Amino acid sequence: MRKFAKLIEELDATTKTNRKVGALADYFRNASDEDKIWTIAILSHRRPPRPVNTTLLRQYAAELAEIPLWLFEDSYHIVGDLAESIALVIPNDVMISDKSLAGILEELIILKAKSEAEKKSYVQQRWMQLDYYSRFVFTKLLTGGFRIGISQKLMTKALSQVTDVPEDELAYRLMGDWSPSTTSFDELIFGRNEQAYVSKPYPFYLAYALENELHELGDVTEWAVEHKWDGIRGQVIFRKGELFIWTRGDELVTDKYPEIADLVNSLPDGTVLDGEILPFMEGQIGTFNDLQTRIGRKNLSKSILKKVPVIFRAYDLLEYEGKDVRNLKYVQRRELLEPMVLEVNHPVLQLSHQMTFNSWEDVASERELAREKRSEGLMMKRNDSPYRVGRKKGDWWKWKTDPLTIDAVLTYAMRGHGRRTNLFTDYTFGLWAPNEEGDLELVTFAKAYSGLTDKEFSQVDAIIKKTTLERFGPVRSVEPTLVFELAFEGIAFSNRHKSGVAVRFPRILRWRKDKTIEDANTLDDLKALIPK
Amino acid sequence: MKQSDLLIFNSKGIYCPKAQVYLDPWKPVKQAIITHGHSDHARYGHKNYLTHHSNIPILKHRLGDINVQGVEWGEPFQINGVTFSLHPAGHIIGSAQVRVEYKGQVWVFTGDYKDEDDGISAPYSPIKCHTMITECTFGLPAFKWKPQNQVFDEINNWWQSNKEEGKTSVLFGYSLGKAQRILKYLDPSIGEIYTHGAIEKMTEVLRPQLQLPKTNLITKETKGKEIQGSMVVAPPSAHGSPWMRKFVPYETGTCSGWMAFRGARARRGTDKGFVISDHCDWQGLLKSIKASEAERVICTHGYTDIFSKYLREIGYDASVENTDYEGEKDEVNSSEATETA
Repeated sequence: MRKFAKLIEELDATTKTNRKVGALADYFRNASDEDKIWTIAILSHRRPPRPVNTTLLRQYAAELAEIPLWLFEDSYHIVGDLAESIALVIPNDVMISDKSLAGILEELIILKAKSEAEKKSYVQQRWMQLDYYSRFVFTKLLTGGFRIGISQKLMTKALSQVTDVPEDELAYRLMGDWSPSTTSFDELIFGRNEQAYVSKPYPFYLAYALENELHELGDVTEWAVEHKWDGIRGQVIFRKGELFIWTRGDELVTDKYPEIADLVNSLPDGTVLDGEILPFMEGQIGTFNDLQTRIGRKNLSKSILKKVPVIFRAYDLLEYEGKDVRNLKYVQRRELLEPMVLEVNHPVLQLSHQMTFNSWEDVASERELAREKRSEGLMMKRNDSPYRVGRKKGDWWKWKTDPLTIDAVLTYAMRGHGRRTNLFTDYTFGLWAPNEEGDLELVTFAKAYSGLTDKEFSQVDAIIKKTTLERFGPVRSVEPTLVFELAFEGIAFSNRHKSGVAVRFPRILRWRKDKTIEDANTLDDLKALIPK
Repeated sequence: MKQSDLLIFNSKGIYCPKAQVYLDPWKPVKQAIITHGHSDHARYGHKNYLTHHSNIPILKHRLGDINVQGVEWGEPFQINGVTFSLHPAGHIIGSAQVRVEYKGQVWVFTGDYKDEDDGISAPYSPIKCHTMITECTFGLPAFKWKPQNQVFDEINNWWQSNKEEGKTSVLFGYSLGKAQRILKYLDPSIGEIYTHGAIEKMTEVLRPQLQLPKTNLITKETKGKEIQGSMVVAPPSAHGSPWMRKFVPYETGTCSGWMAFRGARARRGTDKGFVISDHCDWQGLLKSIKASEAERVICTHGYTDIFSKYLREIGYDASVENTDYEGEKDEVNSSEATETA
C-alpha cells in the first residue's frame, strides 16, 4: 500500500507527462504481479464495488476525529474531496500497516457483505494504521472516482516501457472483460489465454475537432464525409456464437440493449462493428435526452423499451471473418461493411450513410443541415486511413455544428472541486419567464462549470461572495446581477426539468459584462430553439 | 457589541473608545497600535504608530518615515487610564498580541499568531483574559501542521535531490516572515542560497536581529549557470514571471498553510507544496483559546462562521466581527491570503 500511495502522490504532484510515465514505469518495475494487476485495474476504472456508502464513511470519520458531523460536512465542502477531507481530519500520521495493495483490495471485496459494525471497525482501524497520504489513497479506493490525471494512454506507455509490448497492442489487451481477481499479470499482458479474447473489443479510434480551414485537408475527393450521430459510441462483437456490446467507456452493456443483442442470429461469425447506439422512434432518430432516460436504469421495463427503442448505426468494420481488418483502408473496410449490413437485413442494424462531395463548400453546406438531420455535425475520414488506436490527429476529424447560445442570469453558485476547491465556480443559470401573476421571474434551466478563465472565475467568485442572499450547505443563492452567454449542443423538451427544457453540454461562452439582467433571454426564446 | 465593551469594531478598525486608540486600523487614524508588519495590519497614513521595538525597522522599511514609538514585551503603558501591553504572538518577528485592561476587565487582541516556536519570532504565550479577539485563518479541523523540523527536512531533501539532477530549486514564500523562516532552516552545506530583491531587502532589514545564512541577491548580471543547483527564495508573485527564465532547468515549491489542500496545490501550480504556516492550525487555535481562559471569543478573519459555531457548541460566547484583514471573512481564498499565510 505504501508503494502504491507513493506512486499516486508522485503522479498527483506533477503535471509533466514524462515524469508521470517515469513514476509509473518505476512502479511497474518493482511492484509484485498482484499489485501490478490491481494498479492497472484501478487506473483503467475497474474498481471493486463500493463496500461502504459515503454517508457511513462521513460518520466514521467525524467520530474518529472527535468532531460533530456538521463540522466534518462543512470542512468537506471547503476541501472539496471526501477522501481528502477524511485523510486530513483523522489524527494519525504514522504508517503502521504493511498490507499490500492487492491485500487491501481483497479485503474490500469481502467487506461489502459484512455487517455495519464490522465495516466500521475495519475502516476505522485501517484509517488509524495509515499515514496521511496512504489514508487518502485507501479512502479513494473505498469511495471510487480515482481521477488523478492519469489517462489510460500514459499507463499503457509506461507498461510498454517495462514489458516491451508495443503500446497499441497493450491498449488492446487492456480492454474488455477481465478481472484483477482472476486474471494474472502475465495472462493480461502476454496473453496466453485465448478464451478471454472472445469478448474483447478493440481500442476505439477517436477523432480530434477540426483545427484548421477545411481546404487545408487537401483534395476533397480523398475524404469520406458522414453525419456525426449523437448517441453512445459502441462496438458490437459477434464471435463463436456470442454477442457483446461495448461502449467507448469500456463498459459491457449487452444486457442494456436487447434490441441490438438480437443481432446474435443474424451477424456472420467473427464480426466486430463500430458505430453509434441511437434512440429511434417512429422512423426518426431521437435526442440524446431520450437515450438518457434509459441509460441509468437497472431494470429495463417493457414500457421504456417501447418508449425509447434503439438501433445500431454502423460506420466501420474492425473484424471480418475472424480477422482483424483495422489495417485495411477505410474505403476497403466500408466495401466489406456495406454488403454485410444489407445481407443481415435487420431493422436494428443501420448503415451510417457515407457521402462524397466535389467541393469543400458543399461539405460546409451539408453541415448546415446537421440539426435538421438530427446529427451533431460532420465526421470526415480519409479514404485510405487505417483504423488507429486512441485519439490521433490527421486521418479523422470531427466538425461539429456551431453551438446554440443564449444569454442567461447567474442565480446559484457552488464551490468547485479539484483545483477549484474553495472558489465558487459551479453555477446555475436562469431565464425570464412569467409566473402565475404574470410577473417575470428567473427560472433555472442549466448548470455550467466551464468556459471562464482562472482570472474571470476569481472575479465572479468575489462578486458571488459579496452578493450572497442565502446559504444552503455548499450552495448559495446570489442576487441576480451577472449575465453570461451560454453555449450548448442540443436542446429538447423535458418534463424532468423545472424549465421544461433540457440542454446538452451547456458551458459558458463568455461573460456579458455589457448586459444587465433585463437584457437576458426569456425561456420562450430558449424554447424557440427546439427543432420541430 | 455592548456599550461597556472595551474594544469595538468600527469602520476604521478595532477601537478602544476609552483610550481613543485603534488596533491595526485599516483607515488612517490618529493613534494606532500595530501588531505586526504585514500590509493588511500595518497600513499607511496614521499619525502615530506604537508597536514592539523589533517591529520598528519593518514598519520604517515598508511605510517610510513614520512617527513610531516602541515598547518592550510585557511593558504596561497607560492611555487615558486604560492599561495596554504587548506580548509575543509568534507569527513573525516583532508580532504582538495586544492586552487591554480597564477596571479589572481584560481583553486580548491576538493579531495573527501561531503556537509553534519557529525559532525566529519571540514565542507565543497565551495571555489570560475575559475576552479574546482571535483570528482563525485555518480554523477548520482539516488543518493540522507537522512540526517544522519535519517540513524543513523535506525542503532540504528536495533541494538536495534537485541539485543532484542539475536543477535549481525555487522556493516561494512571503517576503516578510516566511522568507526569513525558510532561510533560517535551509541547509547551507547543500549549496548557495540566492534571493529575489524583495526578499533580500527585507532580510537585510532583519539581519541585525536574526542569525541567518549568507544570501546572494539575484541581479541582472547573475548568470543562470552560476545559480544551477542552488536554492532561490522568492516571493509568490515571482512564480511564472520572466524573472524566472534564467533559472531553467528548475523545480518550484510553495511554502504555505494552504498547501495542505490538493486543490490549492494544483491551483498554485508549483511542482511542490510544503505545508508550513505562520498561523495556528485547528488544534493550535483551540488550545490557545482554552489557555487564555477567555469566556467570550470574537473571531475576526478566516473561517469565522464555522469556527465560531463550533466554539459556541463547546460552551464559549463566540461571535464574528468583520474586519478588513482579508477579502471575505468566512472563507479564505484571496491571493493576498495565500501570500501571507
